[in-house]
Amino acid sequence: MGEGGRLAQGVRAYGLIAGMWIRSTMAYRASFAMTAVGSLVVTGLDFVGIMLMFSQVDALAGYALAEVAFLYGLSATSFGIADLALGSMERLGRRVRDGTLDTLLVRPAPVLAQVAADRFAPRRIGRVVQGLLVLGYALASLDIDWTAAKLLLMPVTLVSGAAIFCAVFVAGAAFQFVAQDASEVQNAFTYGGTTLLQYPPTVFAQELVRGVTFVLPLAFVNWLPASHVLGRPYPLELPGWVAFASPPVAVACCALAGLAWRAGLRSYRSTGS
Amino acid sequence: MGSGRLYLAVAVGGFRRYATYRAATAAGVFTNTAFGLILVSTYLALWEARPGLGGYEQAQAVTYVWLGQALFAALAVQGGGFETELMERIRTGEVAIDLYRPADLQLWWLANDLGRSLFQLLGRGVVPFAFGVLVFPVALPRDALTWLAFLVAVVLATVVSFAIRYLVALSAFWLLDGTGVLQIMMVAGLFCSGMLLPLNVFPGTLGEVVRVLPWASLVQGPADVLLGEAGTLSTYLLQGGWAVALLAAGRLLQSAATRRVVVQGG
Amino acid sequence: MDDGRGRGGGSGGGGDGFITLDRVEKVFDVRRKAGFLKRERQRVRAVDSLSFTVARGEMVGYIGPNGAGKSTTIKMLTGILTPSGGRLRVAGIDPSRERTRLAHRIGVVFGQRTTLWWDLPLIDSYRLVHRMYRIPDARYRENLDRMVELLDLGDLLDVPVRQLSLGQRMRGDIAAALLHDPQVLYLDEPTIGLDVVSKTKVRAFLRELNAERATTVLLTTHDLQDIEQLCSRVMVIDHGRLMYDGPLAGLHEAGEGERTLVVDLERELPPIDAPAPARVVRVEGARQWLAFPASRSAAPIVARIAAEYPLVDLSVREPDIEAVIAKMYAGRAGRADRAAP
Repeated sequence: MGEGGRLAQGVRAYGLIAGMWIRSTMAYRASFAMTAVGSLVVTGLDFVGIMLMFSQVDALAGYALAEVAFLYGLSATSFGIADLALGSMERLGRRVRDGTLDTLLVRPAPVLAQVAADRFAPRRIGRVVQGLLVLGYALASLDIDWTAAKLLLMPVTLVSGAAIFCAVFVAGAAFQFVAQDASEVQNAFTYGGTTLLQYPPTVFAQELVRGVTFVLPLAFVNWLPASHVLGRPYPLELPGWVAFASPPVAVACCALAGLAWRAGLRSYRSTGS
Repeated sequence: MGSGRLYLAVAVGGFRRYATYRAATAAGVFTNTAFGLILVSTYLALWEARPGLGGYEQAQAVTYVWLGQALFAALAVQGGGFETELMERIRTGEVAIDLYRPADLQLWWLANDLGRSLFQLLGRGVVPFAFGVLVFPVALPRDALTWLAFLVAVVLATVVSFAIRYLVALSAFWLLDGTGVLQIMMVAGLFCSGMLLPLNVFPGTLGEVVRVLPWASLVQGPADVLLGEAGTLSTYLLQGGWAVALLAAGRLLQSAATRRVVVQGG
Repeated sequence: MDDGRGRGGGSGGGGDGFITLDRVEKVFDVRRKAGFLKRERQRVRAVDSLSFTVARGEMVGYIGPNGAGKSTTIKMLTGILTPSGGRLRVAGIDPSRERTRLAHRIGVVFGQRTTLWWDLPLIDSYRLVHRMYRIPDARYRENLDRMVELLDLGDLLDVPVRQLSLGQRMRGDIAAALLHDPQVLYLDEPTIGLDVVSKTKVRAFLRELNAERATTVLLTTHDLQDIEQLCSRVMVIDHGRLMYDGPLAGLHEAGEGERTLVVDLERELPPIDAPAPARVVRVEGARQWLAFPASRSAAPIVARIAAEYPLVDLSVREPDIEAVIAKMYAGRAGRADRAAP
């Protein structure tokens, strides 16, 4: 079967399984409503923390609250989408340990799609909503000099950012084939990544900024495109077009994550643990 | 006393159990260090803009960050101790077996959690803290007495943390799905313990409220003692008061739950 | 190649193998603790040059102690694990290379893990199978009706799975594994934890299925009665090798099993004065082992001990195949004095 066929098959299986989880969730409507609101509040508190900081200062490393909110909104929305789609992948290590991954391997559907859709939690939409709310607030309070390119950059950035975070989730899950107990490492890159991106790049040491620009290219989720939109210099010397480079970077990340996943699954099937 | 030995054995068991998860411990150390790095960068920028904010010098603020990361797992600030296991046992009815045991349910889990906490303080706390101390300018006390007082505050914080989570776990006797309660616990733990931002930076009434809530006993309490920013005695008083009150509430809930199990016949 | 004794057992040999294993191996690298921080790598042969064939429509019991290589074999047959060596075919398919294609031809029931959807009505799980396996509508309805009839599921279809009893859930799981007309059915401990009535229903169904559709069934179990009532052929695996392959008669001397109650007391005490027919078979510090016939309930024994002794913890162990196999070997070596009841 070709790659396209596998992809279509995977998307179909994902849809079927996610649909089942949505119906399961609706069996406990009250609990769903509570946890969806809860999820919005939990993630919202992140931003409350930032607002508390700004209750004490006017600018953080040169960025005003609305600018930080812009970074926050982009990062949180992208992360929220990825988390909604693939957040359950951090449970892979547990599935490997308790052996339930095997039940997925005997079904006629790609394992990645099945693992990704496992425990699909609609309440995670709360994070996306919260991110969009903060982004809306930022756009309303900022005085951006809009051009067609900047306008186009907004949706492109959100989608590319989500894809980059998806790649991180998949790569993290692939790592759990090797180290089943190490799901927390993934948190450092997922939750840690989005927390990092919520603050201006100027807050961080040069080495760290270089690391998330060139090694693990999280900077393409929001820092680089946002620097262009906000008209602020990026702490590193980079050509202007990098602000638009998020889509190819995202594609490359996904391809690498896919390879890592294959290697991980192959190693699982040859070692059984 | 025979039962003292029993609970000691349970505590040792709790310690050992977490000691077996080596990869998880290493992963946790990595994650705490990464979060510490992110947080410390923002604090440096914050204290750059407002020196002396919340009564802390920059070096104290940096120390605060690494202290929070060091205590995060030991105090189960966002959960992650026995509570999910106990909730599962309640959900499946296995808790009835626990109630048959000639040991007190609350003390049993307290002992278990203290063992876990000690391991995580050593296994997950020491390395991120040492990293922070070596790489960043910090403000640490020189006299042994302050360190001793700090350790007492950490023990009290562990007990308060346990008491909160015990209440959360017992809620499973009445609630079908514990996700919501766990979520509230996570939020409160993160926000009101001072993990995100020191509580003395919180402005106005909000600040006054969060500083007397039980969660203030967790990260903020031990930090105050170590950094010498609040009276040791008043910190102990707050922690001890909450520990007693919450443990008592736990007992009350436990006896209500036991009656329920007995009536239902397990 | 020497692959154990008594190969074939009369029924499975020859070229008509539907499932064929030819010198299949599975080697794991296991890391073991060797000192404080040192780890030693060790190669473990979970399956060692295993060869057998199963013909279309056979029902075969596949037994052995825990860790004997049983589930590793099943995992290779279902395409979950890739063999380290040898040749393996199921319905002409190499399972590890064509996992997805094989999935349409096999049904798998994992005894202790349900694949049904916990919070949804049983029928919803079947609808998912219908769509995931792309079963033609007419065929799906026909199969579902037949399963409902044979497994007595009529009243259960609209009940959320979490409300089903263990036996009902197992029947539900078996139906789910068969809706897509698999040619092979792998059953892993299909009767574990079930009451007598449910066990009987499940076994009767499997017999009918086999007679009606000639579905090949491979069954792993700790319950000897499963094999007695279902399988004409038994394979015993131990240390990754086939130790026995033949008719059931060879295993008959095993007799009725006993269950063991493991009791942890608060302190060391003399052997518990247990209510008959339970008896203490072993004492080790504060822990005591009591044996009692598998047909009896543990509840009165537990209640009595809990009332009279300082109990810390307890657990019940089912009679297992290990004991049976041990008895089997013992019976072969020098019997007479160990006649089974």
